[in-house]
Amino acid sequence: MSAPVRRSPDSGGHFGPYGGRFVPEALMAALDELAAAYEKARLDDAFQTELTGLLTTYAGRPSPITDARRFAEHAGGARVLLKREDLNHTGSHKINNVLGQALLARDMGKTRVIAETGAGQHGVATATAAALLGLECVVYMGEEDTRRQALNVARMRLLGAEVVPVDAGSRTLKDAINEAMRDWVTSVERTHYILGTVTGPHPFPDMVRDFQRIIGDEARQQVLDLTGRLPDAVVACVGGGSNAMGIFTAFLDDTDVRLFGFEAGGEGVDSGRHAARMSGGSPGVLHGTRTYVLQDEMGQTLPSHSVSAGLDYPGVGPQHAWLHDTGRATYAPITDTEAMDAFALLCRTEGIIPAIESAHALSGAAKVGLDLGPDAIVLVNLSGRGDKDVDTAAKWFAVISDEDIVESAVAVVEESPQDASGQGW
Amino acid sequence: MRGLTEVLEAARAEGRAALVGYLPAGYPSVTGAVDAMLAMVRGGVDVVEVGLPYSDPLMDGPTIQRAVEVALEHGTTTDDVFTTVRDVAGSGAPTLVMSYWNPVERYGVRRFSEALVAAGGAGVITPDLTPDEAGTAPSDWLGATDATGLDRVFLVAPSSTEDRLRFTAEHCRGFVYAASTMGVTGTRSAVGDSAETLVRRVRAVTDKPVCVGLGVSDGNQAAQVASFADGVIVGSAFVRALLDATSPEAGVRAVEQLAGELADGVRRGRS
Ligand SMILES: Cc1ncc(COP(=O)(O)O)c(C=O)c1O
Repeated sequence: MSAPVRRSPDSGGHFGPYGGRFVPEALMAALDELAAAYEKARLDDAFQTELTGLLTTYAGRPSPITDARRFAEHAGGARVLLKREDLNHTGSHKINNVLGQALLARDMGKTRVIAETGAGQHGVATATAAALLGLECVVYMGEEDTRRQALNVARMRLLGAEVVPVDAGSRTLKDAINEAMRDWVTSVERTHYILGTVTGPHPFPDMVRDFQRIIGDEARQQVLDLTGRLPDAVVACVGGGSNAMGIFTAFLDDTDVRLFGFEAGGEGVDSGRHAARMSGGSPGVLHGTRTYVLQDEMGQTLPSHSVSAGLDYPGVGPQHAWLHDTGRATYAPITDTEAMDAFALLCRTEGIIPAIESAHALSGAAKVGLDLGPDAIVLVNLSGRGDKDVDTAAKWFAVISDEDIVESAVAVVEESPQDASGQGW
Repeated sequence: MRGLTEVLEAARAEGRAALVGYLPAGYPSVTGAVDAMLAMVRGGVDVVEVGLPYSDPLMDGPTIQRAVEVALEHGTTTDDVFTTVRDVAGSGAPTLVMSYWNPVERYGVRRFSEALVAAGGAGVITPDLTPDEAGTAPSDWLGATDATGLDRVFLVAPSSTEDRLRFTAEHCRGFVYAASTMGVTGTRSAVGDSAETLVRRVRAVTDKPVCVGLGVSDGNQAAQVASFADGVIVGSAFVRALLDATSPEAGVRAVEQLAGELADGVRRGRS
C-alpha cells in the first residue's frame, strides 16, 4: 500500500486533495450548523440510543449474512457471504443513513426534509422517515428515473411525500441533486437536505459514512463468528458510494482484507456510455466536492449511463477517490450485461432477487472469487432488493411482454389521489 | 481602459451606484452574445459580467439555465469566453467572468488567470468557490489572482455569519457581491429588505464596495437597490430579454433598452 489512508477528514472535510466544500456562500452557515449538530449527536448518548432503537425495532437490524453456496459454485468455489441489506425495512441500506439524518433534522428544529433519488430507494427511505417523524417531505427525481423506477414513485406518494420530476439536463440523478440544492438554498432555514450518499459538501461524506458503517461493523463480527476469521475480500457496488463505505469502513485497518468497489460499466467504458468514474473520469469538482468526475476537457459534466438508476451518476464520494489513489481499495467497471447475468444467477441459485445496483457487486464478487480460488472468503454487500427492478428485468430477459407489469405501476403513479392542499398523498 | 475599482469610484463620485450587467457567453451564439453585451454597454451598463456556461449551474434559476444549455449545445468553449471578454473589454467597460469552479480548475487555475488577463479581463466572480477552498492546490485561486492582479469577487449571503462576512470581504478584490435573498438567480417582483440589511452588515466589516445581485429586473428596483449599494447587478432580466426576442436583432435592441431603463434607475436611487 502506497500511502497511509486518512480515515477521518480534517476539519474542512478533506481526504487528501478530495472532498471539501464547493458551494454557494448561502449554504455555508447551514453546513456549519449541520456539522456542529452532527458532532454533538455523534457523542450524545440519548441520540445514539434513539437511533439504535429505530435501527433495531423499526428497520430490522442487524441484517443477517447468508452463505450463498449455490451462487458460490459460479464464483470459483470461494465462500460467498451476502450481507443482507435487502432485508431492511424499505428494502435497502439507504434507511440506515436516513434515520440518522431525519433525527438530526428534527433535533435541529427543521420541519421539512428534501432528498434527491435515483433508483428511488433513498427517496422511499426519506419519505418513510418523514412519515415516521411527522416531517414534510419533497423528493427530487430525474424524469427518466421516475419512468424506470415507477414503483418507487408510487411508494413515495403513498408515504405522503411530494415527488418532483426533474426535466433539466440529463433528467437523472445528477440533475435531481442540482434541483435539491436549489431548493435548499431557498428554504434552508426550515429545511434539511437529506443527501443520500457519501458525496456532496462536508460534512455529508463523513456523516453518511458514519451512519452506514454499521453494515461493516456488524458484518465483520458476523463473518468472524461464522468462519473464525476475516474475509479475504469485501465487495460492494459504488454509485455515490454509501453502501461501499458502509461495509469498507470496519475493514480499513485490516490491511490483509482486500476491498473492491464495482462501478457501472454500462455498455463498456470504451463506448462512452457508462458511470465508471475511476477508470473513465478525472479529478474535478461536482456537487460541492472534489472527486473523480465524468467530464470533458472543458470541465463540463458528461452524462453517465447505466441500466441501474442508482449507479447512474457522474461523480463519486471523495473518500473513494482517495482510497483509489492510495490503492487501499480497487475499483473496476461491471457492464450492464454482466450485472444482469449476475442478477439472474442470484435469482436462480439462491432465491433472492437483488437490486440491479447490488447485482454489479455480485458480478464483481464472482470475478474476485474466481481470482482468489476456493479457499477464499468473499463478503458481498447485497445493498438492496430487486422489487423496484422487476419490470426492467422482466423486459431485459423478455419473461413478460412490455406492457403487463409496467402499466399497473404507472397507473398508480399517475392517478395518485390529491389531498386538500393539492399535493399527492 | 479603466479598471473595475476606478469605474466604481467614478460612479460613487457622481453620487450614484454603478450598473453591472450579466449575460452568458455563447447565447444565442458567440458573436450574438458579444453584440448583446456591447448593447448593454451602449445602454449604460458600467461593468460587464460574462457568464461561462456550465453543465450544472446550481445557483441559477430556469431563465439562465435555459440560455446556458443552448450555449453549451452550440459548443461554446472556455476559449470562446476569453474571445468574448476581449471583444467586450474593447468597449472600455471593465469585464469580469462569472464562472462555476470546475471549468476554471479544469482549464488550469494559473493558465485561466493568464488567459483572462491576456484577453483584457478585469476579474472573476466565483459563485461556488468561497475563500475557504481558494487558498490551496489544486484550487489556489488566491495565489493565481495575486500573481496576475485579477480582481476576485466572492459572494456573501443573508445567512452569512458576522465572521464569515469579515472573512469573505477580506479576500475580495474589486467588490463584495451581496446576494440579495436566499435563493437562485431569477427575476423577482420585489427586492426584499434582506438586501439592505445585508449591505449594512457588510459595511460594518469592510470599506470595499458592495454590489447587490439576484432578483433586480427593472428601473424601479434598480433605483431602490442603488439607494444603499455601490453597484446593482442585473442578470436574469437581460437573459429574459434575449430569450423572449423574436430575432437576435430584436434581442439586442431589447437589451439596450433595458440597460437604459436600469441606468436611469441607478441615477434616481439617491435623489
Ligand atoms: C440498492 C442500492 N444499492 C446501491 C445504490 C447506490 O448508492 P451508494 O453507492 O451510495 O450505495 C443504490 C442507490 O440508489 C441502491 O438503491
